[in-house]
Amino acid sequence: MDHLDQLEARSIHIIREAYSQFKSLCMLWSIGKDSTVLLCLARKAFYGHVPFPLVHIDTHYKIPEMIEYRDMLARKWHLDMVYGENAEALRDKATFPDGNATRIECCKALKTEALAHTLAGTWPRYRMNHETFFFNDTATTEIYTGVIVGVRADEEGSRSKERYFSPRDRNNDWDIGDQPPEFWGQYKTDFRPGTHIRVHPLLDWTELDVWEYIRRENVPVVSLYFDHGQGKRYRSLGCWPCTKPVDSTAKNLDEIIEELKTGKFANIAERSGREQDKEDGGGLEELRKGGYM
Amino acid sequence: MDTQQNRREHMNIVIVGHVDHGKSTVIGRLLADTGALPQGKLEQIREMCRRNDKPFEYAFLLDALKDERSQGITIDTARCFFHTKKRQYIIIDAPGHIEFLKNMITGASRAAAALLVIDAHEGVQENSRRHGYMLAMLGIRQICVMVNKMDLVDYDRAVYEDIVSQYSEFLKEIGISPEGFIPVSAREGDNIAQKSERMPWYDGPTVLDMLDEFHTPGSLENLPLRMPVQDVYKFTHGDSRRIIAGTVETGSLRAGDEVVFYPSGKRTHVNRIEPMRSDEAEGVAAAGYAAGFTMTEQIYVRRGELCARAGEMPPKVASRVRVSLFWLGRSPMVPGKTYYLKTGSAKVECRLEKILSVMDASSLHRVQKQEVDRHEVAECVLSASKLVAFDDTGDLAATNRFVIVDDYEISGGGIFAEALSETEEGSASGQRAWQTGDVSPAERAAMLRQRPRVLLLSGSNAERVREAAAALERRLLEAGRPAYYLGVSAAATLEEREATLNELPARVLTLLAAGVLVIASAPALTAEEEDALRMHISSDRLETLWLGEGCPLDCPVLPAENASEALWARLEEG
Repeated sequence: MDHLDQLEARSIHIIREAYSQFKSLCMLWSIGKDSTVLLCLARKAFYGHVPFPLVHIDTHYKIPEMIEYRDMLARKWHLDMVYGENAEALRDKATFPDGNATRIECCKALKTEALAHTLAGTWPRYRMNHETFFFNDTATTEIYTGVIVGVRADEEGSRSKERYFSPRDRNNDWDIGDQPPEFWGQYKTDFRPGTHIRVHPLLDWTELDVWEYIRRENVPVVSLYFDHGQGKRYRSLGCWPCTKPVDSTAKNLDEIIEELKTGKFANIAERSGREQDKEDGGGLEELRKGGYM
Repeated sequence: MDTQQNRREHMNIVIVGHVDHGKSTVIGRLLADTGALPQGKLEQIREMCRRNDKPFEYAFLLDALKDERSQGITIDTARCFFHTKKRQYIIIDAPGHIEFLKNMITGASRAAAALLVIDAHEGVQENSRRHGYMLAMLGIRQICVMVNKMDLVDYDRAVYEDIVSQYSEFLKEIGISPEGFIPVSAREGDNIAQKSERMPWYDGPTVLDMLDEFHTPGSLENLPLRMPVQDVYKFTHGDSRRIIAGTVETGSLRAGDEVVFYPSGKRTHVNRIEPMRSDEAEGVAAAGYAAGFTMTEQIYVRRGELCARAGEMPPKVASRVRVSLFWLGRSPMVPGKTYYLKTGSAKVECRLEKILSVMDASSLHRVQKQEVDRHEVAECVLSASKLVAFDDTGDLAATNRFVIVDDYEISGGGIFAEALSETEEGSASGQRAWQTGDVSPAERAAMLRQRPRVLLLSGSNAERVREAAAALERRLLEAGRPAYYLGVSAAATLEEREATLNELPARVLTLLAAGVLVIASAPALTAEEEDALRMHISSDRLETLWLGEGCPLDCPVLPAENASEALWARLEEG
């Protein structure tokens, strides 16, 4: 069993545990490489099936190719694809690109609030109709009590403190100082009504592990991750106004992996292209407490 | 299996120690000296120190959280990555404050080895001992003890040797022999990555050298198979497979192997280890892998059973057990209260029957008490509401362990020491003393010219079901074939229905043993009720049929009109 086999086995175990223990479960799919690896792990865990909905929070500022790719895979793999949004903030133009909010405020409105309301079922959810491929407003108000998320411990400081099964209370709060113990493969799957659990199967993976797994398993990823001749590529995907490509000529998986291992990115943080991380010392931590991914 | 030659071996190590003994500085130094710091990170922390007018410290690197900075203590398990020529390390920082023992356990349980930090200036503290004890309990045998802050004691050999002798004695009492002690100063970088010139009297390895000498865990494939059943998958969309899924803790499994599930004792054969990718013919089911298999003979098993291989050492099955456990809960563990015990995929209610002794893990002092308080270690007897399958040997570590859930939280953990006998008579494992003749089932079937089995009939129209069953019984008997109809009355109350269904398998099994073709019926049978019956009657002897519309079960459906004709035809076809 090599390193990737071990990571894969533990992640699948955690995904299966979540499926077995949570009646109302969903998986967040950001379209990025990590949550797409998560999706592929789920397809392996359940032998080609994905027995829960995939939830995407659409800020409507995503790079268009990401949405095309999302819908393409949803059709191909027959995914129960659901998206949510902050319709009010978008309508009122209370966003950073509109000049009416700081980057952090914009993240809070379009991502954190949209996510909280979509998970709680208090704002509309739009589900893909596999006959028409359009998204329809669903009437469901069921609260997702288990949410599978593709965060990794090596991404940035606050994420390194996560558990595999991490409780959030009624207000989505994450009590970092008093988390349940987690050992011997036994997780917190018992929870008080009104609380829910974030499940983190990729916690032990590094950026390099993710790329090596993508290569080994032929995981389809958005082509924005590769340089197409301009000497630029995205290392981390987000909203276009706040995510910048990095200088890189990596045109394929081998080159990306080589670049991470030996090249110039060996010593630069992955989210360095994400402008919102820089705005405030502990801002991301605050956002994460509120449910930001 | 595809191995990646260019990737180093991986190892998780946990770093533990009393609060303020310098763990974070050790980690910061390890990261800096192995060139593992992301550029952005170091600058970010330097900038923060400059802004706050504080001198730069390696420990700040790890204090990535606001909460942590304000309290000045590491409150949770953080992970850092660095590598040596030999392998890639994930270093798990476990907090030193006693309040956070549960976080220390969370971190340590994921590690193959431990670095235990003791402050040379402060000496061995309560938590140095408690952490040593917990590492032993968690099964971590490779421990490197770092005597830190040697710069504060002028690199004095006598101070170092005093701590070595004191702490070795403690470890010896709990049955641990550490890989070694190393005098270090994390702040100054002595004996971390580079050998210190300030302690010429020490000629042992540096911390990095010692880490590289640790062994990665050996393969568990040659041990008896243990696979807790995590779930049974039956998906729709043209996939008729029924897959028993779970992670293999020890041993391995192949197509054709006979398996036994505990505690139920049910047996079947493995049809195929199911491949997880469509381009593979067969999957892998060996220690460490998340796996799944289909069965040759369909039997009803569910999450919570432990799958073992016939012919190998079976697990123990008991509802009363002697255990050692540590308690983490806010309120003490008390006799009489109901808890949940979780081991493998099983979760059963249990009670603390008796406390044999309670021990303070730092003083190793044993006392008699009526409850187990937070952070105490106890030997006790637990009694569960149902049978539990487990192992009583540390060689099969995964199935030798359990956790206790109190009020939604994992509040304790422990190790099974011994299966105890039932106190009450007529318990689940109670034996009966029947005797029978010497006609084998095959002879009996040949003499009666039929294979005994059960036709389980249901449908939403109770009268139609009864009519069809009664007509079929008469027709079979007229044809000289032993048959018996036994059904649950449509007039039964909920309680009566449940009790009747519970008794049905025992009656049916006697009839089957007598070679009779049994026609059983229950109107509007639910999937749950059917599953419960299948737990007792093996699937190759039980066929469920639904008459008429609205079938909620996964079974063949026959028209309600002239159902007895269709049933007769079905029996004729075999």
